[in-house]
Amino acid sequence: MDAFVLSRIQFAANITFHILFPSITIGLGWLLLYFKFRFQRSKDEKWMELYFLFTKIFALSFSLGVVSGVTMSFQFGTNWPGYMNTVGNIAGPLLAYEVLTAFFLEASMLGIMLFGFRRVKPWVHSLATFLVAAGTTLSAFWILALNSWMHTPTGFEMIEGVAHATSWKEVIFNPSMPYRFVHAVLASGLTVAFLGAGLMAYKQLKGDNGPAARAGLRSCLFLAAVLAPLQLFVGDLHGTNTRDHQPQKLAAMEGLWEGGEGVHLTLFALPDEEARENRFEVSIPKLGSLIVTRDLNGYVRGLNAFEGEHPPVAPVFWAFRVMVGMGMLMILSGLYGGWMLLKKRELPRRFLQLLQAMTFAGWVATVAGWYVTEIGRQPWLVQGVLKSKDAVADLPPANVGATLAAYLVTYGILLVAYMTAVFYLTLHAKRSGDVNRKPNPT
Amino acid sequence: MNDLMQDGAWLPFVFAFLIGLSMLLYAVLDGYDLGVGLLSPFAPRSNRDRMIGSIGPFWDANETWLVLGVGLLLVAFPAAHGLVLGELYLPVALMLIGLIFRGVSFDFRKKVAPEKQARWDRIFFLSSLVVALSQGYMVGRFVVGFQPGWVSEVFSIFFGFLVVAGYGLMGACWLILKTEDELQRFAVKWARLGIWSMVAGAVLSSIAAPFVDTRIYDRMFAFPEATLLIAMPLVSMLLTVIMHFLLGALPMPGDRLSAMPFAISVSIFVLGFVGLVYSFHPYIVPGQLRIVEAAAAPESLKVILIGTGIVFPFLIGYTIFAYRVFRGKATDLSYD
Repeated sequence: MDAFVLSRIQFAANITFHILFPSITIGLGWLLLYFKFRFQRSKDEKWMELYFLFTKIFALSFSLGVVSGVTMSFQFGTNWPGYMNTVGNIAGPLLAYEVLTAFFLEASMLGIMLFGFRRVKPWVHSLATFLVAAGTTLSAFWILALNSWMHTPTGFEMIEGVAHATSWKEVIFNPSMPYRFVHAVLASGLTVAFLGAGLMAYKQLKGDNGPAARAGLRSCLFLAAVLAPLQLFVGDLHGTNTRDHQPQKLAAMEGLWEGGEGVHLTLFALPDEEARENRFEVSIPKLGSLIVTRDLNGYVRGLNAFEGEHPPVAPVFWAFRVMVGMGMLMILSGLYGGWMLLKKRELPRRFLQLLQAMTFAGWVATVAGWYVTEIGRQPWLVQGVLKSKDAVADLPPANVGATLAAYLVTYGILLVAYMTAVFYLTLHAKRSGDVNRKPNPT
Repeated sequence: MNDLMQDGAWLPFVFAFLIGLSMLLYAVLDGYDLGVGLLSPFAPRSNRDRMIGSIGPFWDANETWLVLGVGLLLVAFPAAHGLVLGELYLPVALMLIGLIFRGVSFDFRKKVAPEKQARWDRIFFLSSLVVALSQGYMVGRFVVGFQPGWVSEVFSIFFGFLVVAGYGLMGACWLILKTEDELQRFAVKWARLGIWSMVAGAVLSSIAAPFVDTRIYDRMFAFPEATLLIAMPLVSMLLTVIMHFLLGALPMPGDRLSAMPFAISVSIFVLGFVGLVYSFHPYIVPGQLRIVEAAAAPESLKVILIGTGIVFPFLIGYTIFAYRVFRGKATDLSYD
C-alpha cells in the first residue's frame, strides 16, 4: 500500500476513535446539568448519585476525547500538509476559535466540575457544569462549521491556488452547516440517552433496583423517546440538503446508478462498481423520488451522471443502511420504553437486556453516519476545491505503516479499557455520602 | 521598519511571539504534570494518590496550551508546521501515543477494579517518560535544524534526558508546594537531584551546541548581543546556587518558602527557553525557514488575532480562578 492509502486509513482510524468521545461528552454535559438541577430543586440524593456516576464517565470520555483530538491536530501537519497549504486561511481561524473559545473553557472548568463540589458554592459548581456543557457544544459548533465548509464551501475566493476568505459569515454558516450541526448534536444526545439507559438497565439486571437506577433509566428513556423521532425528521432535512449540494453523495447513499423521474427506493443490494449496477436488488417503486424530492415523479440524479467523480458506492450505501437501521431500532425502543413508563408498568426483563445490548448503539449510528458523509465526499477533501490525493504528505510508507499499527493497537486497548471501566463504574461507583453536607469553604 | 507597518507585515511576528508564549506555558505547566508522573514510582505507594491528586484538576487545561501552540503554528505558519512535523514524524507519533496513555491512565487508575490499578500506575510513569524524552529529542532535532548524522542524533537524545531532568525538577518543586510531611521531604530530595542533573546537562549542552551548530556559536561572540546571551547562564547559575541552599533548609516550620523552589525552577526554565528562542531568531525553523517566509495570509491572521485578543483575558482569568479553587495543599481527589 502507498503512503496515501495508509495516511487515509490512519486519519480515518483516528477520527473514528476520536468522534466516539465528543459524541458522549457533548450530550452528557447537558444531562449532568439536568441531574444537578433536579438535585438543587428536590435535594433528593438519587440525583447526586447519578451526577457523580456520570461525571466519572464524563471525565474518562473527556480525557480520551482530548488526547485523541490532540493527535488529530498534529496529523494535519504530519500527513496532510496540502490541506493547510490550500485552505489553511479558512480552516486555521475556525480551528483556532475552537481551541480559544471552547477548549480552554471546558478544560479549566472541568476540574471544578469534577473535584470542586465541596470547594465552591453550589451555584458556582452548577455554573461550572453549565460552562463545560456549553464549551463542548461550542467546540462542536466550530468543528462542524469547518467540516461543513469542506462539504459545501462558500464565502471564499481562490488566489494562486490558495483559498482566501471573502465573507466569514458565509464561511461559517455555509449551506450544510445548520443541518449538520443539529444532526450531530442530536446524535450526541441519542448516544448519551442509550448509554445511560443501557448502563441503568445493566444496574437493574444486576439486582440494583434503587431509586437512582430507576430515575436514571426513566430520564434516559424519555430523552430517547423525544430525540429519536426528532432525529429522523432532521436527518431527512439533511438529506434534502445533500440532494441540492452533493447529489453524487446522495446517489451513492441510495445506490442509484441511473437517475430519472419516479425512481425506486433500494432497500437491499450489493452495489457492483465494476459493472456499475446493483446485484440482488430489493426495491420499492417510486418511493425514492418521494423521499428525496417530496414528489412521486420527482427527478433524482443517478451515479452515472457523475462517472469518475463520485465516491466509492458500496461503503457509502452500506454505512447509510447501518445508520438508518440503528436509528429505527432507537426510535422503536425509545417509544416503547417511554410508553411503558408513562403507563407506569414494569419494564420487561427482555427489554432491559435489549437496552443493555444497545448501550453503545449511538456510537454505531454516529460512526456509520460519519462514514456516509466523509466517504461520500470523496474523491474530494474539500468539495470542488482540493482532492484528497493532492493533500497527502510524501512520507515513506513504512513510517506511516508503523505509526498506523501503533495507533491501532493503542485505540484497541483503550476502547476495551473504556467499555470495561464504564460498566465497572456503574456497579461499583461509590455511593454518594451525605450530599447535603455543607461545602468546605477552603 | 516602515515595511513592518504595512499590510499587516507585523502580524507574523506577533504570532511567532504568541506561539512561543504558548509553548513556554505548555512546557512549564505540563512540565510539572509530567514531572510528577516521572517521580510517581519512587514515592511510597501510600503517597501516590496524593501526588496524582496534586495535578488532577489541572492537567487537562495544561495540555491545552500544546494544542494552542501547535494550532497557532498550524494556522499562522502552515509551511513551518508541515516542515517541522514532517521531519519529526516518528517522534511526534511517539509523543502523541505517550500523551494518550498519560492522559487517560490517571483517569483509569481510579476507575478500574483495584487489582488493575498497579497496571495503570506503571503506564502513567512510562507514558510520562516517553512524552518527556520525545519532547526533548524533538527540541534537540529542532535546535540542530534537522541535520542528519550521528552527532546531531546524539545531541538530540541528550536533550531528551535534559528535558526529563527539567520536568522532574519542576514536578518535585510542585510537590514541595502542594504537599506536606513525608511526601514533601521526598520531594525536596528529588528536587536536589533534579537541579544538579539540570546543571550538568545545561553545561554539557552549552559546550556541545556551538560544535553542532555554528550559528549559535557566532551569536555568542557577536557584540553587543553576546552580553545578553552570557548574562542568562550567569543568572541561571545564581538561581541554581540559591536553590541549592534553599532546598537544604526546606521544609521550614510553618511551611515558609515552600513556593520558592517552584518559582525558581520556572524562572530557570523561562531563561533557558528565552535563550533558545533568541538563538533562532529570525528563523522559525532554524537555518531553513524565516518567520516572514512561512506566514499565512494577513486577513486570516487578523481574524485570529482579534479572537485571541478578546479571549485571552478570559482565558487567563478562569485559569487563575481554577488554580485558586484548588490552592493550598493537595488532597486525595474525590468527585463528591
